[in-house]
Parts: sequence; structure tokens; C-alpha cells
Amino acid sequence: MRNTLGLAALTALLLCGTASAQDKTVKIGVLTDMSSLYADDTGIGSVIAAKLAAEDFMAKHKDYKVEVVSADHQNKADVGTNIANQWIDRDGVDMIADVPNSGVALAINEVTRAKNRVFIASGPASSDLTGPKCSPNTVHYTYDTWMLANGTGKAIVKTGGDTWFFLTSDYAFGHALERDTAAVVEKNGGKVVGKVRHPLNTNDFSSFLLQAQASKAKVIGLANAGGDTINAIKQGAEFGIVAGGQKFAGLLIFAPDVLALGLKTAQGLTYTSTWYWDLNDGTRAWTKRWDKMRDSAGKVPSMNMAGVYSGTLQYLNAVAAVGGSKDGKAIVAEMKKTPAEDPVYGKTTIRADGRGMHPAYLFEVKSPAESKYPGDIVKIKATIPPDEAFRPLKDGNCPMVSG
Amino acid sequence: MVTIFGIPSAALFGQLLIGLINGSFYALLSLGLAVIFGMLNIINFAHGAQYMLGAVAAFLLLQWTGLGYWTALIVAPLVVGAFGIIIERTLLQWLYKLDHLYGLLLTFGLALIVEGIARNFLGSAGLPYTLPDSLRGGQNLGFMFLPNYRAWVIVASLAVCIATWLVIERTRLGAYLRAATENPTLVRAFGINVPLMITLTYGFGVALAAFAGVMAAPIYNVSPQMGSELIIVVFAVVVIGGMGSILGAIVTGFGLGIVEGLTKVFFPEASNTVIFVVMAIVLLVRPAGLFGRRA
Repeated sequence: MRNTLGLAALTALLLCGTASAQDKTVKIGVLTDMSSLYADDTGIGSVIAAKLAAEDFMAKHKDYKVEVVSADHQNKADVGTNIANQWIDRDGVDMIADVPNSGVALAINEVTRAKNRVFIASGPASSDLTGPKCSPNTVHYTYDTWMLANGTGKAIVKTGGDTWFFLTSDYAFGHALERDTAAVVEKNGGKVVGKVRHPLNTNDFSSFLLQAQASKAKVIGLANAGGDTINAIKQGAEFGIVAGGQKFAGLLIFAPDVLALGLKTAQGLTYTSTWYWDLNDGTRAWTKRWDKMRDSAGKVPSMNMAGVYSGTLQYLNAVAAVGGSKDGKAIVAEMKKTPAEDPVYGKTTIRADGRGMHPAYLFEVKSPAESKYPGDIVKIKATIPPDEAFRPLKDGNCPMVSG
Repeated sequence: MVTIFGIPSAALFGQLLIGLINGSFYALLSLGLAVIFGMLNIINFAHGAQYMLGAVAAFLLLQWTGLGYWTALIVAPLVVGAFGIIIERTLLQWLYKLDHLYGLLLTFGLALIVEGIARNFLGSAGLPYTLPDSLRGGQNLGFMFLPNYRAWVIVASLAVCIATWLVIERTRLGAYLRAATENPTLVRAFGINVPLMITLTYGFGVALAAFAGVMAAPIYNVSPQMGSELIIVVFAVVVIGGMGSILGAIVTGFGLGIVEGLTKVFFPEASNTVIFVVMAIVLLVRPAGLFGRRA
């Protein structure tokens, strides 16, 4: 079924793959999940974000033409790799953006490294992208598992949640998130009493919830995302997990997930994120533009989409700074050299290992009574400065960073 | 505490019960598929989409008209069933004489279209739908906490399955239906309106899927892809039970729910493949399925 969709996306791609008249053309490929569990957290919203960035860049640089193409990787590393190879070899794509699903992203990381193109990773979470697998062609823009673990994990252990049971999505991302969170929990004096790994896209969590319940852990850490997290929390409410004194720690929650759960079920949940649409005037103005193009009532952009916008804009500025060169390494090196500022993500620097550095926020989901207008779903509990939010450079084991 | 294979027996009973609950959904869905295949010879690939439509209809009824769960449980299957009847009248009825493959392709295409439209309008993250107030809370059974809603799922599913089986296997109407499948021309000669019966049967099968969808709405994520995730498993259930066998669909539905539940305890990583392993073994040993009538 998804193959058909992918084929359709590819056909669409071929149609818009014709060469343009302007001499300086930059082609951006948004490789994302268009049809499955991460589609509302990334998907078409990310494509729109990339288009907005292209628009803003072209308004200032009239001699450049930026094209945005997109495809559905179906959460399969092989499908994603094929599309990326075709994009680069045949269609002349210069940069690949987004790529939710760490498994696919780690594969794309190698493709762009081998072919010297740029990968602006906004969707994936695995901190390995700036750790052992770091690449001079990759910028890991938005967030990572270390940041999620550190933000949410630390806050919960400090408020007394010192025994943990993990429900972990059984692939690269879940494993990384579980590993990073367990380290934070143990470092802060907590204990991991058990874990269970479930397949990606699990419909029913009741068996796993029963195991979590039997473990008597105070906190059930959800090292999963998207539809899996929604199902786990929804069914947890039903099984009286929270009523029984246990607590969920949603380690990766996106704003659209909160809407899917409904505030009644999600209220009180704390989570870490680097962005929220209602942070300041800049983010609100951008959300309005995004919303106009998205044209779907009741949707709010996620941090991934905002990350695609800011990361793409920063990439395009770097392309202009190196005079339209196609050399991926040179462009990323330029991005690392020049700190950026835009109304969506504020000040962002790119660290030597490719890590995008900006503040992270600890959010708490509002109760239905606290929510004043549509999309008003969280309040900020703490702001974590960039240096504390992300893993220290020396701890990442990134081979590019000596010492 | 008594342990079985290193798992406390209490936990094991809990997991068995959970498996039975998931089996309820498999049974309800595979029952609809089996009825449609048994009576119409159509492999209804749109079943997952119709299940999704049931859940989405429940959501929309609540949003637009304020009608709650219990009303949705009746109204949604009727609406989706009517949609099924339109499909049968306009599209499927032309395919009965052709190879199975045509029906499969048509319904598969329909499923893609319906899911695509739903995704376009509703997004894919899901829609909130809460438990009905009357089924909140649960019972502490000693070995596990059983939410009232899950208990209701088992009871309702069993009741619907048994009723359907009784109607088809034990009543005059069911006898007509089965006869019409065997030899439609002869049955028509007795003055029975066979095409109408076939149409209503398809509508009923579709309504069963929608019913399962409404049952699922409060506990599973209501999203356009909820059906396509489940449908493959349900097809495996039907194949294991024997294509078109009503009893086979019901028994294997519940049985495989239990098998899957146990896998979630002993080897959770394999929980979404175990059903296909069972399917492969069954097909090797009994190609017609466990309850299949003809080889």
C-alpha cells in the first residue's frame, strides 16, 4: 500500500525535476513520513516549512532559485536510501531535510556523507547522529535523544520519580532514547527496574502496560513517539496507571500528539521540546504563515517543522555565502562558522559535531480549563540554556572532534 | 508466588485475559471478512478502511451532533454499512463472475482512496475520543486490573460473534444464504431475491467492521491508518481459520489474540510477527486452514 504512495510521490518528483532557467539553482528534498505514525509531526507540514524558507531566502537573493521536492520514506531505511540516491544522482538534489525515524536518518547520513551533499536532520532523534556516527555533511538541527532524556528525565527524577520502567520502541531511536534516559536517571540517583521493547506501530499496549504496572516503578518512561506514545497514554489512562500512583514520562511528545490525545487525557504530562508555536511573536507570526499554506483546521506546527524551516534557511544562507557551491562539506563548515538568527528559532549556532544549539523548554500540558484558545495546549515550566540542554561536545565520541 | 516459565502465574493470567480482549477485535473483524468471502466470494480488502470509518464516524458524530458512544455504536455501523451497500450495488456486483483477484484489487483501491481522503481531512496523528462515562473505572481481579471497558469489549464481541454464527448456521435465513452461495440460480427459482440478499450480506459485513471500529475508538488511536495496520493481521487470522469459515474466524480470532498476548510476555519484539509464523505453519500442515471445508 505504501509502495504505491511512494511510487506516486516519485512520479510527482520526476514531473517537477526539470531544469530551471536561473543559473544558481538549489534543490531541497524533504524526505519524510507522509502517511504513517509520524506524518502529523513531520510530513506535509515539514514540506511547507521548507517552502517557506525557500520563499524567504529567494526574497532576499533574487539570483537564486530554490526548488523543494518531497517524498515518503515509509519509515523504511531501504526505501529512504533509494529515494535519496535517485534524488542526488539523477535529480540533482543538494540537500535532504527532515527525515523523521532515526533508522532511516542514520542511512541518509551515510548517503549524504558518501556523495558530499548536505543533510539537515530535523525529524530524527538519535543522538548518535552527532555522536559516533557524526558526519561533516550533517547538521542535527532540532533535538536529540540526549536532550529529551536530560530535560524530561532529570526534571522527573528531581521531583521524586526515582524508579523507572521503560516502554521502548524497538529500533534505533527507541534504543538510543532508552539508553540516554537510563543514564540520566541513574546519574541523578534513580533506578531502572525494567523495560520492554515493543515493535514500531503497536496497536495495543495493554500487555506492556500490565508488565509496567507489575514492576511497581514510579515512572513509566515512554521511549517511543507519535502514534505509539498516543496509544500507550490513552490505554494507560484506561488501565488506571495514573490513578494507581504511577506516572507517565513521555520522552518524545510533539504538539500534534497532545491534540490527538485531547487535553483531558494529556493534562499534566511534562515533556521537553525546543520549540512551541506560541512561544513569542516571531513563532506566532510564522505559525500563521504556515497555517495558511497547511489549510487544515486545528493543526499546529511541531518543532520538527520549525526546525526544517530554520535549518533550511540557515543552509541556504550558507550556500549563498560560499557562492552557490555544491560542496556539501564546505556549506556545512560555513554553517558552523556563522551563528544564525531568525524569528522562528531565535539564535542558533551549529557546533563542530553538527549539533544545532538553542534553548530547550520543559513544557506541561494544560488542563482543559486552562486552555484559552484553540492550540493553547502547554505552559513553560523551565527554560534550559543550550549548553545544558545538549550533550557536552566531549561526551559524544564524535570522531570529527579530536580530544 | 507460583511461576510458570519464570513468569508469575498471576501475570500470566493477566496476559491471557488481555490476549482474549485483543482477540475480540480480531474475531469481530475476521468474522466480517469471513461472512463476505463465504457469501460473496469477495476478498474485501477495504475491511480495514471500513473499520477506520466506523471509528471516525463515532468521532464525527460526537463532534458535529454531540451524540455519544452508545448512539454511535448503533448509528456508525448503519451509516458505514449503507456506504458498503452503495459500493456493492455500484461496483462489486459486476465482479462476482470474475476471478477473486479483481475483487481484491477493487477493494484494495477503494481502501487507498478512503484512507487518503481521511488523511487529507483529518491528518494522521489521530483524533481524541474518550471512554464513555458509564464504562470508566475497572475491577481489581486480584491478578490484574480489568478496565470495565475491556470487559465490555469481550462480552459485546462474543455476543455479536455467536449471534452471527447462529443466524448463518442455524436459521432459515442463513440456510437461504448458504444455498444462494452454492447455487444462486436454483435458489432464485424458488422465488428468493438473491441479489438483494447478497447486497444486504455485504452491508452486514461492512457494518461489523464499523462496529469494531466504534468499539476501538475509545482505546486505540483513531487515525486514518488504524485499519491498514490491523487488516493484514486479520487476513492472517482468516487464512488460519480457513477462508470463509465463520466458526474458524471466530475461534482463531480469539485464539491468536491469546498467542499474541503470550508472545508479548516472553518475547515482545516478536509480537507482531508471531501470527504470521503461525500462518506459515498452518498453511504447511493444513493448506485449507484449521476449519477450512474444502482442500
